[in-house]
Amino acid sequence: MTIANGLETWTSITSVAATAVAGDILTAGAMRRIGDLDEIRAKSGLTGAIKAVVGSPMFLLGVCSMALSFFTLLFTLSVVDVSLAAPASAAMTYIGSAFAAKIFLHENVDRRRWFAAIFVCIGVFLLSR
Amino acid sequence: MKHTLTPQRYLILLAVMLTASVGDTLLSHGMTQVGPVALHHLGLLLVALKNPWVISGIALLIGFFASYLTALSWADLTFVLPSTAFSYVIVALLSRYWLHETISIYRWLGIALIVCGVGFVANGPSLTEHPTEQPTNRPVPAVALSAEERS
Repeated sequence: MTIANGLETWTSITSVAATAVAGDILTAGAMRRIGDLDEIRAKSGLTGAIKAVVGSPMFLLGVCSMALSFFTLLFTLSVVDVSLAAPASAAMTYIGSAFAAKIFLHENVDRRRWFAAIFVCIGVFLLSR
Repeated sequence: MKHTLTPQRYLILLAVMLTASVGDTLLSHGMTQVGPVALHHLGLLLVALKNPWVISGIALLIGFFASYLTALSWADLTFVLPSTAFSYVIVALLSRYWLHETISIYRWLGIALIVCGVGFVANGPSLTEHPTEQPTNRPVPAVALSAEERS
């Protein structure tokens, strides 16, 4: 079904992964700033926890990125085979998130986590076969 | 300090895996009952919202997002993401043992790799420790040092 050329195919797949990574990083960053939701819920109840999350501009930006990623995926699926687009974008998202989490969230991505990201990435690719 | 998870927090990670996989499966089952949605018949999506399978799928996916956000509030993204990938494994196992679909050797290999990947991070610390104060050149009082640092 693929009707896009090689460059268009990989540009659209990379766009899906890039927007998904941006969504994950912004959401994770927002949750880190907000703090432990279990503690907030214990203090202010479920409503207080929901208010704390929804009131964070960073979280809302993350949700917008996730929505953009979803619509980019829909567009990509209209021009690229699902058997390539879905696993390739998912695999790129796992590796991209590990890099971005190290750079932007200063997470300690040690050898164990790199192995996990690479194993999951290859595993997702094999599941689509 | 090594951050390890309490049983309650492991349950939240389990909820992340289960709600994502079962929610997607229910949504997929519901949409096959509704039928294909063409661009010029988007109103059919509103009809889909009356389907009990679709409603249950959406409810579970809302549950997934809530548990995913809760997990991100006390664990690193690189710790939580492999757990979400575990939902692929659950979907594959559900399709094998519930829907009796055939799973190729490649898929079994993929499942094994994802299980190994999740196992790698599950044994490690869940959260990166970030210092809250900038280090200064002033001498640190002995009382501020932990027993481990003093020894």
